[in-house]
Amino acid sequence: MSHILLRHREIPDINQLSVYKKNGGFAAFKNAVMKMKPNEVTDVVKNSGLRGRGGAGFPTGMKWSFIDNKNWPHYIVANADESEPGTFKDREIMEGNPLQFLEGLAIGCYAVGAQVAYIYLRGEFWELGASLDAKIAEMEEAGLLGDKLFGTDYSLRIYTHLGAGAYICGEETALLESLEGKRGQPRVRPPFPPAVGLYGKPTIINNVETFTNVPMIMANGAEWHKSIGTTDSPGVKIFSLSGRVRKPGNYELPLGTTFRELIYTHGGGVQDSRKVKAIMPAGASSSLILVDDDKILDTPMDYASVRTLKADLGSASIIVVDDTVSMDWLVNKTVHFFKHESCGKCTPCREGTYWMSRISERIHDGAATRADVDLLLNVAKQMQGKCLCALGEFSTMAVVSGIERFRKDFDNAVKA
Amino acid sequence: MSKQVTLTIDGKSVAVPDGLNVVDAAKMAGIEIPVFCHHPKLEPVGMCRMCLVEIGRPVRDRATGQFVIENGAPKIQFMPKLETACTNKVEEGMVVLTQSAKVADGQRGTLEFLLTSHPLDCPVCDKGGECALQDLTMAHGPGKSRFIFEEKMHLAKMIPLGELIYLDRERCIQCARCIRFQDEIAGDAVLEFEDRGRTMQIISRSEPGFDSIFSGNTTDICPVGALTTTDFRFRARPWELGAAPSICAQCPVGCNITLNTRREAMTNGEIVVKRVMPRQNEEVNEIWICDKGRFAYHYADGKQRLTKPLVRKDKKLARASWDAATKIAAENFLKEKKDFVILASGRLSNEDLFNLKTLADHAGGKAYLYSHMAGGELTALVGVGAGTNFGAMGQGTTIVVVASDLYQEAPVWYLRVKQAKERGATLIVLNPRATKLDKYASFTERYEYGDEAKAVHDLTKNGETAEAVLKASNVVVLYGSEGLGVAGSQSLATACAKLLNENGFAGKSNNGLIGVWERANDQGAWEMGFTVEDDLAKALKGKAVYIVGADPVNDDPKLASALAEAEFVAVQDVMETATTEIADVVLPAQAFTEREGTFTSGERRVQRFYPAVPVTGESKPDFAIAAQIARNMGVILEGMSAVVVFDLLAETVKSFEGLNYARLAEVEAQLPVAGRSDMYYSGTTYANKHGLGAHLSGAATRGEKVSIPRVQKEAVPHPKDNELLAVPVNQLYHRGTTMMTAELLHERIGAASVSLHPDAAARLGVQAGQTVNVSFNGTSGAAVVKLDDSIDEGIALVPRSMGIAIREPVAAKVKA
Repeated sequence: MSHILLRHREIPDINQLSVYKKNGGFAAFKNAVMKMKPNEVTDVVKNSGLRGRGGAGFPTGMKWSFIDNKNWPHYIVANADESEPGTFKDREIMEGNPLQFLEGLAIGCYAVGAQVAYIYLRGEFWELGASLDAKIAEMEEAGLLGDKLFGTDYSLRIYTHLGAGAYICGEETALLESLEGKRGQPRVRPPFPPAVGLYGKPTIINNVETFTNVPMIMANGAEWHKSIGTTDSPGVKIFSLSGRVRKPGNYELPLGTTFRELIYTHGGGVQDSRKVKAIMPAGASSSLILVDDDKILDTPMDYASVRTLKADLGSASIIVVDDTVSMDWLVNKTVHFFKHESCGKCTPCREGTYWMSRISERIHDGAATRADVDLLLNVAKQMQGKCLCALGEFSTMAVVSGIERFRKDFDNAVKA
Repeated sequence: MSKQVTLTIDGKSVAVPDGLNVVDAAKMAGIEIPVFCHHPKLEPVGMCRMCLVEIGRPVRDRATGQFVIENGAPKIQFMPKLETACTNKVEEGMVVLTQSAKVADGQRGTLEFLLTSHPLDCPVCDKGGECALQDLTMAHGPGKSRFIFEEKMHLAKMIPLGELIYLDRERCIQCARCIRFQDEIAGDAVLEFEDRGRTMQIISRSEPGFDSIFSGNTTDICPVGALTTTDFRFRARPWELGAAPSICAQCPVGCNITLNTRREAMTNGEIVVKRVMPRQNEEVNEIWICDKGRFAYHYADGKQRLTKPLVRKDKKLARASWDAATKIAAENFLKEKKDFVILASGRLSNEDLFNLKTLADHAGGKAYLYSHMAGGELTALVGVGAGTNFGAMGQGTTIVVVASDLYQEAPVWYLRVKQAKERGATLIVLNPRATKLDKYASFTERYEYGDEAKAVHDLTKNGETAEAVLKASNVVVLYGSEGLGVAGSQSLATACAKLLNENGFAGKSNNGLIGVWERANDQGAWEMGFTVEDDLAKALKGKAVYIVGADPVNDDPKLASALAEAEFVAVQDVMETATTEIADVVLPAQAFTEREGTFTSGERRVQRFYPAVPVTGESKPDFAIAAQIARNMGVILEGMSAVVVFDLLAETVKSFEGLNYARLAEVEAQLPVAGRSDMYYSGTTYANKHGLGAHLSGAATRGEKVSIPRVQKEAVPHPKDNELLAVPVNQLYHRGTTMMTAELLHERIGAASVSLHPDAAARLGVQAGQTVNVSFNGTSGAAVVKLDDSIDEGIALVPRSMGIAIREPVAAKVKA
């Protein structure tokens, strides 16, 4: 099957406007603006069953329909802060097939009545920011962005904005704060951005991959999209495969593809042909999947099925862990990551990640006792359900699942 | 009244106004939900996670929108997680549990997390004893920590954010109350967080550090000992302190304060004031005070206090008895009869001023208020009506501020006016130059110095402002003395009074005229019938002068030479001044901290202050000294009891009718709940248990016919080619007699300055920071050049009380 998102792998130079257009590019946007009402566009996306690719899997069309039409102007923000460990799909899209992403973003803007869109890029993506700026300029020149598009009353401008290197700015409300020029710290929700977002105005925030799906859905229809993937999770997903596999990389596959197919058929299997011990399905932010039974690898990778393994598909950055890895090492790594990235706004996350990092370090250094393992588990649970945003909650996932599902690794690491 | 919402908290049915959050609603019902980051005056942020509670909401039928009934009661659905009570607004039928095991566990957890990073140095912490973290740990916290002590993060403990406030990074629990106060309430967003996670810290990027005149308030609302004032740091423990209710004597706002006192060895066993704290009065200062009020109280315990009466003998001041001193004063006053002049300032209480005015009336003398600002007879007529409260102003109210830099002259009014604007009031700022209030103004109008009255007159002539004034339900005008002397402020006051009176904005609450006076009780003096004299030097020359609470010799060389030519000078003051040095008789008065009395604020609210510390030496209250002199002149005045003086005052002065000390001491419940037992909630402000005061009536309210005289155009001097028009402006921190005793503020006071337009400075060949000479009418002084591009090229701003005696606009020379 040819790619839907990573089309640059088949079509050379699709990142050039002429090539992209030759391959049907911007027809969907033009058609939407000239021939469709905004809510008709939203309806197509709603009917397609497209779910957000940033991690939460929230139905995209439904999110768009939540925009508060009593309060104007509206904004759209593309979340290109891709910073989840093990996630590197948006970067490939923006490098290889940027115009499809921009077209999807533009269609989204039309659907929710936004005349200004921002692309929030992580600070390290400064080269990408410059190349997107060039693409945006080309689009303006070609009459695809700007005032009164295609002779209608609809105007649209897109701007890129670079973050300053904080993981938390991938959280949508912290992203908005950062975009407004403030400290990147999450806001209390509700209200949610479709009601109160950027500069207090209704705002839709979607992931780069989500927008990149939209032009093809508009071109081929909702039914076409639903025919791919599963009923619960239609469409394709880019799985960022990494860890102890032979061929790490991005793989665009229908949702519902099994772990086994991804790891063995596409990823070339585990290095040194060792056994899969665990899978981190959503970078650092998910519970660890315990692969104590080979059949677990036959679980389809869709939102619902991964839940049956008490984990989340999230952004689908599949990190494969083999039996050379002790989980106390892995947990120590993730906890340090979250300690470093905690914004400090709420107490449990600020203090809890610091405390957890000290205990897990102690365990990993072999200086701890079994009681410390219990304490680490208890501190993590004490954080759960108390934090202001998902970062704090996510910081406990690997700890709790690691200790509960791989207790032996921890007991082996401690003194007594 | 706003819509009421009924909810159940811990099984108790509570009806509260819609829009409240659950913490505030529970507080109203007497149920305590512990908080650190939440403060009833600030927007909720949900950061500290201390107020976690269980919240259930009634299930509604999707089709009908009605509550689903189960077993005869609405079915309640609880959220799976605990929720922050501060960020959830009350809803009809909501059920809140604050005492469940799950809640207790959540709150204990938050405290354990906070304490992992807290140094627990309570034994040496200034906040110990009035600390929210201590109190809430006792109530909700774990008894022991599971955190290994050696793993505590150690951070700097003595970081000056400015010279007034210190930060202890270890103690900070990152609640951001200080940052949010500065941003939301003060409007000086000079604090922020730096870094993230556990190393996140409070910093000030302003120059000078923590550049705000409201900085002390952050130490009151800091829930731990992270922010402390340089003034109180390591000076006493909170539980050792006595607390006396008082009124700030620094400006006409009349902030309610509490004087914390202690008897201590370091002052030879004397009882002294250790700090000034705000005392809640939602209609005056809420729970805030400015830094001048907080830090400039030291003059009362200053080393230069007068302790004994003095009489000039052989050209030297020598100790005398009260009898002898008052007799000499009385004899001289009697001798001069019609040339007897009393010059008193608004530093005195109503009781003092009443006795002095009565004495002048009976002895046939003159009673002058020591001030450069006129118009008080008009504020007595059309001043704001009873019930006036900036806190209640919003949509429908128009506030006009003219010839005043409120931030510098009456800081808490600045806060209150700013907030009224934010609630929807229209704010019109009229001033020749940019001031801080411009940022919040709906309309900013510039006029030329000298055109004040015209600017007010034109308000109702020009489209937008005319509509804002004439179509408003309420109009309040605050007028000041920027660029104005006696004549100028008189015509400005008249123009303002006319505008209010002719358009029906007088004689009712939230309407009328407010003078932004120099001193705390200037309004009281006007009510008593004092007047100001344009040519004061002339009025003093050759007279027998009784100066009370003023230091004209220090303030103005012209007055000094006039007094040198006076027949006789008696000076009554708290401390030694340049004026006491030239006096024939010196009479030691008690400081306001040592006695009781009342002040009348600019909003015409009469408020009581109470004795806090023992009397210094042989000093007496001013009203008693006046009575003693009067007796020697054959005039009988009450000299023993302030209460009785006030009763006589209320019988004599119409606007005081019906008031008495008991009435002034009345209190009623105020929101938000504040006070000592609610420290965690509203900070260390004191509850008001000693009186909210009462408003005076105005002539317009009493139904008397009010007629406002014609506006007399003030003659503005015309500078020659080589001159500039020097205009006086008012500065909060200045070099006045009482301010200079506050050593802590010296850096902020700085040197005398002159502000010039950059082009004017260029023409004169002077640069910012350069010291120049400013001279006019035989007066001259050194001043540091500042640049201000919002003024005209022909103008030089000269701050009052900074060493250059400027009373009114004058043509002046500025030379390098």
